[in-house]
Amino acid sequence: MPSPLLVLLLVPLAAIIAIIAGAPAKRTAGIAALLNLVLSLGLLYNYPAAQGGYCYIMDCPWVTLSGVPPIRFHLGVDGISLPLVFLTAIVTFAAIAISPNNIRRSAEYYCYLLLMSLGAMGAFVSLDIFFFFIFHEFALIPTFLLIGIWGTQNRQFASFQVTIYLMAGSLILLAGLIALIMALPAPNRTFDITALQSYIGRHPNVISHQAQDVIFPIVLVGFGILVGLFPFHSWAPPGYASAPPAAAMLHAGVLKKFALYGLIRIGIPMLHDGFTDWLPVILTLLAGNFLYAGFITIAQKELPTMIGFSSIMHMGYLFLGIACWNTIGISGAVLLMVAHGLSAALLFGLSGEITHRAGENRFTELGGLAQRAPLLAVFFSFASMASMGVPGLANFAGELMIFFASFAAVLPFLGPLFTAFAVYGTVITAIFQLRAIKTIFYGPMPARYEPRPAAVLANTRETVPASAGMTDTATLPEYTPYVLLILASLAIGFMPFLLLHIIQPSVSLLPFIPPLR
Amino acid sequence: MDIAWLLLLLPLVATVAILLRFHRDPLNAIIASVGSASLCFIITLLVVFDWVPQPATWNWISFPASGSIPGLTIEVGMIFDPLAKGMLLIVTGVGLLIHIYSIGYMKADPSCGRFFGGLSIFMFSMTGIVISTNLIEMFFFWEGVGLSSYLLIGFWYTRDSAAIAANKAFVCNRLADFGFMLGILLFWKMMGTVSVLPEKLAQCYHQNALPAMHSILGNQAGLHTLFAHEGGHSPVFLTLMVLGLFAGCMGKSAMFPFHVWLPDAMEGPTPVSALIHAATMVAAGVYMLCRVYPLLALSNLGLEFIAFIGCLTAVGAALIAVQQNDIKRILAYSTLSQLGYMVMAVGCGGPAAAMFHLTTHAFYKALLFLAAGSVIHALHEEQDIWKMGGLFKKIPLTAWTFGIGLLALIGCPLLSGFYSKDLILAFAFHTHPLFYWVGSFTAFLTAFYMTRLYVIAFFGPARTPAAEHPHESPSVMTVPLVILATFSVIAGWSIWGYGIKDYYHTWAVNGQDIPLPELPGFYGFVPLVLVVSGVLAAYYLYCDRSTDPLDIRILAQKFYIDDFYDRSLVGGQQHAVNLLSWLDNWVLDGFIIRGAAYVTVGIGEILRLFQTGNLQTYAFLFSLGGAVVIYFALFAH
Repeated sequence: MPSPLLVLLLVPLAAIIAIIAGAPAKRTAGIAALLNLVLSLGLLYNYPAAQGGYCYIMDCPWVTLSGVPPIRFHLGVDGISLPLVFLTAIVTFAAIAISPNNIRRSAEYYCYLLLMSLGAMGAFVSLDIFFFFIFHEFALIPTFLLIGIWGTQNRQFASFQVTIYLMAGSLILLAGLIALIMALPAPNRTFDITALQSYIGRHPNVISHQAQDVIFPIVLVGFGILVGLFPFHSWAPPGYASAPPAAAMLHAGVLKKFALYGLIRIGIPMLHDGFTDWLPVILTLLAGNFLYAGFITIAQKELPTMIGFSSIMHMGYLFLGIACWNTIGISGAVLLMVAHGLSAALLFGLSGEITHRAGENRFTELGGLAQRAPLLAVFFSFASMASMGVPGLANFAGELMIFFASFAAVLPFLGPLFTAFAVYGTVITAIFQLRAIKTIFYGPMPARYEPRPAAVLANTRETVPASAGMTDTATLPEYTPYVLLILASLAIGFMPFLLLHIIQPSVSLLPFIPPLR
Repeated sequence: MDIAWLLLLLPLVATVAILLRFHRDPLNAIIASVGSASLCFIITLLVVFDWVPQPATWNWISFPASGSIPGLTIEVGMIFDPLAKGMLLIVTGVGLLIHIYSIGYMKADPSCGRFFGGLSIFMFSMTGIVISTNLIEMFFFWEGVGLSSYLLIGFWYTRDSAAIAANKAFVCNRLADFGFMLGILLFWKMMGTVSVLPEKLAQCYHQNALPAMHSILGNQAGLHTLFAHEGGHSPVFLTLMVLGLFAGCMGKSAMFPFHVWLPDAMEGPTPVSALIHAATMVAAGVYMLCRVYPLLALSNLGLEFIAFIGCLTAVGAALIAVQQNDIKRILAYSTLSQLGYMVMAVGCGGPAAAMFHLTTHAFYKALLFLAAGSVIHALHEEQDIWKMGGLFKKIPLTAWTFGIGLLALIGCPLLSGFYSKDLILAFAFHTHPLFYWVGSFTAFLTAFYMTRLYVIAFFGPARTPAAEHPHESPSVMTVPLVILATFSVIAGWSIWGYGIKDYYHTWAVNGQDIPLPELPGFYGFVPLVLVVSGVLAAYYLYCDRSTDPLDIRILAQKFYIDDFYDRSLVGGQQHAVNLLSWLDNWVLDGFIIRGAAYVTVGIGEILRLFQTGNLQTYAFLFSLGGAVVIYFALFAH
């Protein structure tokens, strides 16, 4: 039976075909993204939130070979993946909308963006480990191309570093996933996530403790590299700094969440003993994300690298929420994934906007831009406030729940210590984010951002061309994507229950969640 | 939809309207902002007279208890007890007056619309703090006032100093909120709730109050009593919780060592200094302490710490104020000092006294700032008191109202400040004589530095050309001054009336009110004598002077605390992060990650040597390999 989720995948595919056939690239891509956004909102609205569980299911056999577990094309979403589907749709729309009309090789560019989005969407709606993995790989390829062709600075190097690093991560992850499935008794081997979940739920000890202790770290390192868990983070900041803004938005905002989603869906439920044993290591590493990456962010001297590091740092919250493995923590993490996706997309988009319009991204060279670009200043302030966890924007609600969850959870070492790191993370974020606002938008403005008419220099007779100075995102198509992302963040920030009532029931269905008292 | 929610909704709508439509349209921005403030004041009056039904609550976040995790229920609601009503009156009443005053003060500024937008979002957040029924709801608005304060301090953002001051305020508050959040979490973990409804707090108090809570200062028992555990939670955790909650107050109310942001916050427009950095927002910390007082009372050590910090801030800030020359900075340090009094009162077991002082202080300090704004306005943005002089005759209405505010502040009998300060000193006296004496000495200093300000700025000859021809402010600015002056005079008389008794019932956790302490005869006169001598000393020292006869470097430099922070904390942090960044770039990414890549490349380079493309070499290597395999297969074992 076809499911609306299939439409989510077919729409970008159709758009890609249309673009190849010669349709106007940006408009076609934009319409496809808008369709998906509307559809995903409809799915959110229509989802039977009260009971949770999978919905909009579609299941048909794909490859059946003897000796290999059957691979099925199994789609479905629950309260955990549905918000991520929405996130993918809205960030895709914004990423396409902020992309310039006259970009070179535009047909290719928009096809790659759509492919990235398609891959991310596919990973989130797949209920089969095979497709879950393949869709993500599928999204990585256009990411490399986008960085390598349309990137800035030393794009070749960044593209190769990201490629090799992420491919290595995927490979490790693949090894882990295969090991996980091979550890099951032969008749029960399957790629089907729902079947695996119910099977493991019924036989919690089917994979021996020792085996779990070996397999879990492989899966963790694989996912960890993909998401930038300390110390596997060093691909991200230069990669994001070189990437075109739209690619950074899609990868940092959406695609990276794949790894966290995978931990929630597969890594921890299937290997729960391994998870418990490796918890101290996870906690130590995520503390590295908060403190190590956080402090390095303060030291950055360029806007895009700063945002790249900050997006690494904020992965600490998500890991902490997941590591609590209780309803509050995971719900908070899912909410924060959406929130961080919105704020990271905003920040990367705006950083590109500033770099493009000011021709500069070094803090020492910028200043006072609010005088010429007030809207940009407002947007950037909103994005920064979201990232800092100021209440009223979505990140606060998610972070708050993670604080509560980790403070009460039984964690090794001094549990509340990690809560303290997390809360201190908000202080660190405030330090660098406010400094960015100050150095870019406040203070006196360099004279070159004033508009000036064309002039002929008296002594040398050289003509100085006219300059519009610093420009603002003043027209409707320019500011709509940012307004949209900010509105979404505000809506979730003021009314987190809108998403929580969808997330919460599904989270409580996950295996090994502490039962209700 | 309950009418009470309009208290929050109206300013929010005004903010959004200004943000979207009116930011370049001052007239409509003023109508939206002042209109919403007036309506809020009217609704507050309805609330105070109980003509507004208690609004229904709704679940913001709700998780049932599971495993060992307590349930997390955050119910957004409104609290209308006497404490909240009193604070609501101050916030909306003083707020409205300052809105009206701002119409005149900000008229000439092209970004006037943005200013009123900031005021409206402040009113939204501040009202929210007052009516919050739980600590998370309060934290939500708590950060909101921090944000509006940030926006308004940095209002003139093209000035570097304003932008830096705004950042400093936000980061200081964030740092303090770090402690506040941990305090809230500890509270939730121990009590299983985040609610601050009086009945909930009374329940927490009774479940956890130890039979005999001993005092460290009182010498009745040693530190070991802290670890006594009888029924309730361990006193150590209770104390940590109290300290965490107090940390929030230390940021918002600018207690030592977080006080450095408040004087710098004077970079904002003067009405903002009056509303946010004197009358209401900085008092939010004290309000929060009073709101959770039953929890604070669980830890005597915590209370003593609170009293000590309050006392230290009161006297330290007053000392610094003696040597400042910027009229707004003097008032800012005076605010710090008065906040210190309030916090000390809470620590001495007198939340009612703290709220009483908060109320009177809101009137006369708002008055002083607005009058100072009127002076600054008259002198075309001159803030240095040594460049003023002789203003008394030229702008009489401002001078008179400023004088009334001054008398109320220094505690002139029959004016409001006298009663509230006296009550605090009485609480202090019964807690520990140290607090009483330091408090009295602070009263002397207050009289001294305020008289100094007044004598230099308003008496004597005009010292600059600008000071010779000032012009009195328009009536839209002077009418709020007169109204505030009236309240500065009469607000203290409520001690004879109903007002303060009403506050009292809020903390009657054991069913009986805390008795109002009184100062025994001699001690009651000491503060008065000190105040009079402070006034006289300053008058004789500064009358007809053109330079400062006192030159106390350490006070003028604010005890070098700002310098210390800049050098050690900010500078040290910069060095540390640069070092870490270097390590990440060269050791982690450079050596380990790229190292691994180069090793791979290197191995490839070595192996490449074998790829000679020469068929004989391949055949030779192949046969060599075959020989090795055969050797191991046949002869190795």
